[in-house]
Amino acid sequence: MGQNGAGKTTFIKHFNGLLKPSLGTVRVNGVETTKTGVATLARNVGFVFQNPDNQLFSETVEDEIAFALKNFGFDKETIEKRVTWALDFLSLYQYRKTSPFLLSGGERKRVALASVLAWDPETLVLDEPTIGQDHEQKEKLRQFIIQLQAKKKTVIMVTHDVEFVAECNPRVILMRAGKIIANGPAKDILTTPKLLEESSLVLPQIAQVFTKLAHIGLPADIIDIDEAETAILSKAKEKKHP
Amino acid sequence: MSFFDGLKFRKVSSPIHNLDPRIKFIYVIAIFIIAIVFPQMLPLIILFLIQLPFVVLAKIKKQWIRSLRGAAFFAGFIFIINILTTFFYNDFTLTALNVENALAMTMRFVVLFESFSIFFLTTSSDHLGLAFEQSHVPYEFAFAFTTAVRFVPVLAEEAQTIMDAQKARGLELEKGNLLKRIRNYIPILIPLIVSAIRRSLELAEAMESRAWGAVKKRTNLYLLRLHKGDYILLGITILLMVVAIYVSFFVSIPLISDLLNPSVL
Repeated sequence: MGQNGAGKTTFIKHFNGLLKPSLGTVRVNGVETTKTGVATLARNVGFVFQNPDNQLFSETVEDEIAFALKNFGFDKETIEKRVTWALDFLSLYQYRKTSPFLLSGGERKRVALASVLAWDPETLVLDEPTIGQDHEQKEKLRQFIIQLQAKKKTVIMVTHDVEFVAECNPRVILMRAGKIIANGPAKDILTTPKLLEESSLVLPQIAQVFTKLAHIGLPADIIDIDEAETAILSKAKEKKHP
Repeated sequence: MSFFDGLKFRKVSSPIHNLDPRIKFIYVIAIFIIAIVFPQMLPLIILFLIQLPFVVLAKIKKQWIRSLRGAAFFAGFIFIINILTTFFYNDFTLTALNVENALAMTMRFVVLFESFSIFFLTTSSDHLGLAFEQSHVPYEFAFAFTTAVRFVPVLAEEAQTIMDAQKARGLELEKGNLLKRIRNYIPILIPLIVSAIRRSLELAEAMESRAWGAVKKRTNLYLLRLHKGDYILLGITILLMVVAIYVSFFVSIPLISDLLNPSVL
């Protein structure tokens, strides 16, 4: 996370070799990015761009998803299996024969995501995945990130959406002017007003409430709604039976 | 994309930048005509050298050299094609004259590109639109032209992003034979065209919402007027044309290969 122009997108473009370091080295799974091509690195690092319109070009959603699989040289049977799996996974199956240009913004974004997920990369990089998505889509995205985590995949996400990050509760890296200024659990970083202010971010609403209520003895480092409930209830009980 | 960089305007204040675009355009057209009329190497080299002071005066040396480097590929292509065709046409023999002719063709391209590059590097699209309007070109056309020019860098940036997105999906542009390589560009061209169309629709809506075309007779805040420099450039242009006409009718132009080989003279 970080303010506009902090260098987040520049940074993540190094993960699959779209950008090469001008100084020093970048290693992805032990391989220096300057020594291999983007296509080789992309096999392990899936990158979903912010704007799906930058990549959609096929006649059908199905072809769109199969494109990368063909590039990576999967055989026909595997391609079919993977495409069907990706369509199902992002509930796009009914659109498989539709042109991606006829879909809504949110659906196009899902097609872009499906086209990357289909080749099952070890690491998934998402650039601003929540922009322009309604709450239902965001919730689906969150569920889906949890599923990927369960499969031991790495998910790296660039976002300004503090509420979404608070709900996911991942490790947060804050950037500013091309440098990393903080790195730690979301719970610590999203409850430090000074750091967030430096990155033009705002505290998640739950954290704001708890910061204001610190004087009655509530803990200030809470960003999760369930934790918040427990903390408030236990405080209320204390008051009733001192 | 260095080829396009050479046509991108940057705001600098210099005697050349401040010239009236109409006069500059006449100058470029004159250079254009002269370069096409003379097929010999010598006048083309002179034409090339004549324009160098403009580059220095306009303080655009760096961009200009970059653009020439971008054009070098096409220049090389023209040279090779010319050499090859004469080579096969003349039963697999080459004379010094053939080489000089091929070089002259290449030089002609370089001169054309050079003058266009100077024109576009030193003329802002606003200035150009103004020149159109004051030459009584309908405002709609002038506007369409300036908009097109202004969107070139935007599209170039967009093309780069699309290329990145497709590379991230395993597309290798440099792979395969010639036909395959051309086909490789389909996944880049389609999103680019689609987004250009979307963008133009959005632009049209934005313009309409700001009452574009509501007033039939428009007035301009800035007006183009001819200054001393413009008359000097006009003079240079006329002089060049006169000299060129005189030379083409009354002077036989020596070949470079003959000049280098005194025994022939």
